[in-house]
Amino acid sequence: MPQERFDAIVVGAGPAGNATAYTLAKGGLNVLQIERGEYPGAKNVQGAILYADALEKLIPDFRDDAPLERHVIEQRIWMMDDTSHTGMSYRSDDFNEERPNRYTILRSQFDRWFSSKVREAGATLLCETTVTELLKDGKGRVIGVLTDRHGGPILADVVVMAEGVNGLVGQRSGLREELKPKTVALAVKETHFLPQEVVENRFNLTGDAGVVIEAMGTITQGMTGTGFLYTNRESVSVGIGCIVGDFAASGVTPYSLLDRFKRHPSIAPLIAGSEVKEYAAHLIPEGGYNAMPEIVGEGWVVAGDAAHLVNAVHREGSNLAMTSGRIAGETIVWLKRRREPCTAKNLAEYRRRLEDSFVLKDMKKYRKIPAMLHSNPRIFGLYPRLLNAVAQTFFRVDGQDKRTKEAQIIRTVRSQRGIGGLIGDAVKLARAWR
Amino acid sequence: MTTKTPNGTEPAQKIEEKLYQNRYLVDSGRPHVKVKDHTEPTAELKMLVNVCPAGCYSISEQGKVEVVPDGCMECGTCRIITAESGDIEWNYPRGGYGVSFKFG
Repeated sequence: MPQERFDAIVVGAGPAGNATAYTLAKGGLNVLQIERGEYPGAKNVQGAILYADALEKLIPDFRDDAPLERHVIEQRIWMMDDTSHTGMSYRSDDFNEERPNRYTILRSQFDRWFSSKVREAGATLLCETTVTELLKDGKGRVIGVLTDRHGGPILADVVVMAEGVNGLVGQRSGLREELKPKTVALAVKETHFLPQEVVENRFNLTGDAGVVIEAMGTITQGMTGTGFLYTNRESVSVGIGCIVGDFAASGVTPYSLLDRFKRHPSIAPLIAGSEVKEYAAHLIPEGGYNAMPEIVGEGWVVAGDAAHLVNAVHREGSNLAMTSGRIAGETIVWLKRRREPCTAKNLAEYRRRLEDSFVLKDMKKYRKIPAMLHSNPRIFGLYPRLLNAVAQTFFRVDGQDKRTKEAQIIRTVRSQRGIGGLIGDAVKLARAWR
Repeated sequence: MTTKTPNGTEPAQKIEEKLYQNRYLVDSGRPHVKVKDHTEPTAELKMLVNVCPAGCYSISEQGKVEVVPDGCMECGTCRIITAESGDIEWNYPRGGYGVSFKFG
């Protein structure tokens, strides 16, 4: 194949890569997007929740034809022990609006749709092709890529690495470090199929409305992590994820943790009788702002999971990916129009724009949270257990007078965690949250 | 408070049964994950037997850790755990090969 030259090469066709390639192509640039999967989405895994705002900024009328499962009208947060859960939930008819803000999606199908929009915008997509190396000139400037399919190099003015959490291309080119076991979570999930009306009956839903459940507690067996259950049109996505270092230290197998979560008496009836059609695993970069690598350099930028852009507290990632991809694309188009080269100095504008967006504002706001959570295993074990013990004492009517019950509750709390410890943990959380 | 439900005591579903639902295109004869030759596995290498979500790692009769990455979901967990000990070689499968998620 003769040597080709593009304005930009985008590595990856997930939310970050598609958002970048779409923006670049719409901006009139000659874009090559390279995806290692058989089709866009083949290698991609997410819970998955789509945040409308981030996509709307790219494709305002996406609701017309995007493969959406259900718009979310109810969020449940469950603190679980082995037999119970204490829940907080918010459900509102206000979410049944003209342009809902959150949807459940099946990523593999959604990514294929998103990619079709990218190609309509004019980008060239090359699937089944793995980028093996970045090409650099004598001065260390990135000038293109090598792949496992094309003999020759493919050249471009800028390479956008939207290659996902594993990010081998950037790592092996010495642009960023390997992930650390304590800054990344491993999540496993299954897609459970049920008739549409069964999903709707079990979750008290009508039409396209959906429920999402986020859960924490003894389900992670002392590890830092959370479980989830999302309703799709005629399936339910059930998963659980914990910090990789915790899995390694505990010796708990991820699939047995998932099976145990599925057998929990609060979860089992919701998925009873379902047919599992897929089991998936994926890493989530959860080290927060402090774990972020460099995101711009000579002839390159990084977006999405590869840039460690995940807000673990709010379970947001795909919207940070799409937004960072869009902003990377906008910056490159802006430079091109000014006829300025994609040097590290010029591309630093991408970082400045990200700082002005919710992406880096939120990453910075929660910068202390990952370390705080990881050093306080009580949050995932003791507190959920305590909360459920208190709830049971409070709600069980057994002939005991209320004053005695209250004293019993206080005794339980004190014996498990002194008042000083409770206050200390609350202060730590508040400080990290600020 | 007492625990009434079995706490991880029921036999878990076999990992092979879970992977059976997935779609793979195996690149025969070109495994994308390899364990480097060793006499005694390091602590990190031994951890992979449990931590791999696809159960690709096992311990041989000789006490060595082996990998058969046919069911690999390309998550990267094993690479991260052994990054410092350098026990394995991890690459993406060639373009188009490996797992293809239908739902993701």
